[in-house]
Amino acid sequence: MNTSTTGSGTLDQQGLDGAKQLGAFMETDSGMLDQQRLNIGKKQRFQDFIFHKVTLSFSLIVLVSLIGIIASLAVVAWPALQKFGIEFIWRVEWDIINEEFGAAIAIFGTLASATIAILIAMPLSFGIALFLTETCPTWLRRPLGTAVELLAAVPSIIYGMFGLFVFAPLFAEYGQPALQSTLGQMPLIGPLFGGAMNGIGILAAGLILAFMILPFIAAVMRDVFEIVPPILRESAYGVGCTTWEVVRHIVLPYTQQGVIGGVMLGLGRALGETMAVTFVIGNSQRISASLFSPGSSIASTLANEFGEADDFHLSTLFALGLLLFVITFFVLAFAKILIIRTERAKGLKT
Amino acid sequence: MNSIIRKITVAAASALAMVSAAHAADITGAGATFPFPIYAKWAEAYKKSTNIGLNYQSIGSSGGIRQIRAKTVTFGGTDAPLSGADLDKDGMVQFPTVLGGVVPVINLEGFKPGELKVTGEVLAEMFMGSIPKWNDAKIAALNPGKKLPDQSITVVHRADGSGTTFIFTDYLNEVSSAWKDKVGKGAAVKWPAATSVGGKGNEGVAANVSRVKGAIGYVEYAYAKKNNIPHLQLRNRDGKFVDPDDKTFAAAAAGADWLSVPGMGISLVNQKGGDAWPITGATFVLMYKNPTNKALAQEAIKFFDWAFKNGDQMALELDYVPLPDALTKVIVETVWTQIAK
Repeated sequence: MNTSTTGSGTLDQQGLDGAKQLGAFMETDSGMLDQQRLNIGKKQRFQDFIFHKVTLSFSLIVLVSLIGIIASLAVVAWPALQKFGIEFIWRVEWDIINEEFGAAIAIFGTLASATIAILIAMPLSFGIALFLTETCPTWLRRPLGTAVELLAAVPSIIYGMFGLFVFAPLFAEYGQPALQSTLGQMPLIGPLFGGAMNGIGILAAGLILAFMILPFIAAVMRDVFEIVPPILRESAYGVGCTTWEVVRHIVLPYTQQGVIGGVMLGLGRALGETMAVTFVIGNSQRISASLFSPGSSIASTLANEFGEADDFHLSTLFALGLLLFVITFFVLAFAKILIIRTERAKGLKT
Repeated sequence: MNSIIRKITVAAASALAMVSAAHAADITGAGATFPFPIYAKWAEAYKKSTNIGLNYQSIGSSGGIRQIRAKTVTFGGTDAPLSGADLDKDGMVQFPTVLGGVVPVINLEGFKPGELKVTGEVLAEMFMGSIPKWNDAKIAALNPGKKLPDQSITVVHRADGSGTTFIFTDYLNEVSSAWKDKVGKGAAVKWPAATSVGGKGNEGVAANVSRVKGAIGYVEYAYAKKNNIPHLQLRNRDGKFVDPDDKTFAAAAAGADWLSVPGMGISLVNQKGGDAWPITGATFVLMYKNPTNKALAQEAIKFFDWAFKNGDQMALELDYVPLPDALTKVIVETVWTQIAK
């Protein structure tokens, strides 16, 4: 007892001494180097100021170029917008010689092919991401994950060439007859799978797009699934949840935002994809009930017709480009709203 | 340190000087894709003999017209000739450089190149969709004894605007009044057939035609020949059925009266002559009468002069048809003399 008191007293004494020494050191330090410290502070503040301004100007470049792109699109598109007005959006007409244009055909092709792509790619990439993070044996995880990422790095023109020269003939020979004899016989959706079987068209474009965006969505989903804290997952398994229950009640609610983000990234790419779509969509300016029939998307129309367009036709193409811009903007805005809504529902944000 | 910087500056400056020197001697042109292979071949040979290069960008006929109007190139190339009034307004001259043919191609089982015969009217109806099947009575009447399948016709056309489409629709416009009323002619038209598919470029059309059973399309002759896609025999204006080749293209050009239109912008489709292939076209070059860079313009003229004199064999190898000598003489004597030196 006694020893311990002395011991602590000594310690206290030592601590007090130490503090005094430090204080003395600081005092002398501040006394001697006040100016220097001020200088350092000034220098740091200046550096921060410069850093702030430089990064600000970088981000302003993005904003300025965005506004610049919209403005230049709008300026060149003006004659077309002025002539057709808002009607341009739902007008089903594309007659270059008589200069009668409407965007409905291209908008329909863009939305239809992107919708098909998302409908196919979303569940598939969900499955891929789940398998990779939840049930995949560890030794297979790396090679499979890398393969998915490699697929995402394949340039779109390769998908286009694959689509036209490999996929389309097989699709016409086997895929389309099979679809026509099954889904094509059903009421209501039957007409979607009718018509001539060329192997190319809206459906083929949607399928190729699905191939293209699948690795993107899968890679994002895998990444967000992996950030679920192991403690949550393990606790759920600990109370006897099945893998599906863990996914449904732990992983998905935790990663909802990232999953929606990944899907929207894929959708954005599908809407704007040019070369792959141009190869397989059939490039015909008409809307048809059948998904087998050729159509055209906004991006494919632009790619095809820019080279030989002049004056008014060119203005119309710019108007189409502006519309694609607007559509993509609305899709992204919709995704943001969706994310905010889900967050609100979970009580994360009010 | 300073000396290093000086060295780098000198090196950079001399590199720049070398680049600009190389560019200064190069002739620049832009436009139609149709003559690109032969211009490239001529340019390669010309560079070997004179050390002067040609930089021709095949961006399409409308692009070529835009570029020459913007004066970014020494000459513009176009398959659809400008009218005399337009040429006068811009102060430009126009002359043809080489001829070629457009060929209707099919994918029909059991038919080899040239085995199926059609007339221009029937061809127009097939492309309009008013003849929907291959065993239509109108096709059968032209091909007695041939067994035509009960298969729908899928029209394959160019998805991109193109001089090839211009020449082809110019022909259909000429021979079919229904086509003239409903569709017209141009680098890109509204294809009326219910089952039409667009392919990008000649290769896109060729790929689609050889893939889709029962397809009919049109490509430049070289593509049909190279890919061995069966073509149709066409009945020409004199009522004879002809196959496309350099002789029938030349025959179409032989009967043409080039000077009937200012700027030589005549249409070579449906020309007179027993051997004339009816879908023949020329590609044209546009140059300013009073060019900004007179020296370069003269270099361009020298290039085409050289090509007219030495390039015939190269053109034939690539399935183009060189201009008749009488015509090149007219170009040299009456067109090029208008360009200020």
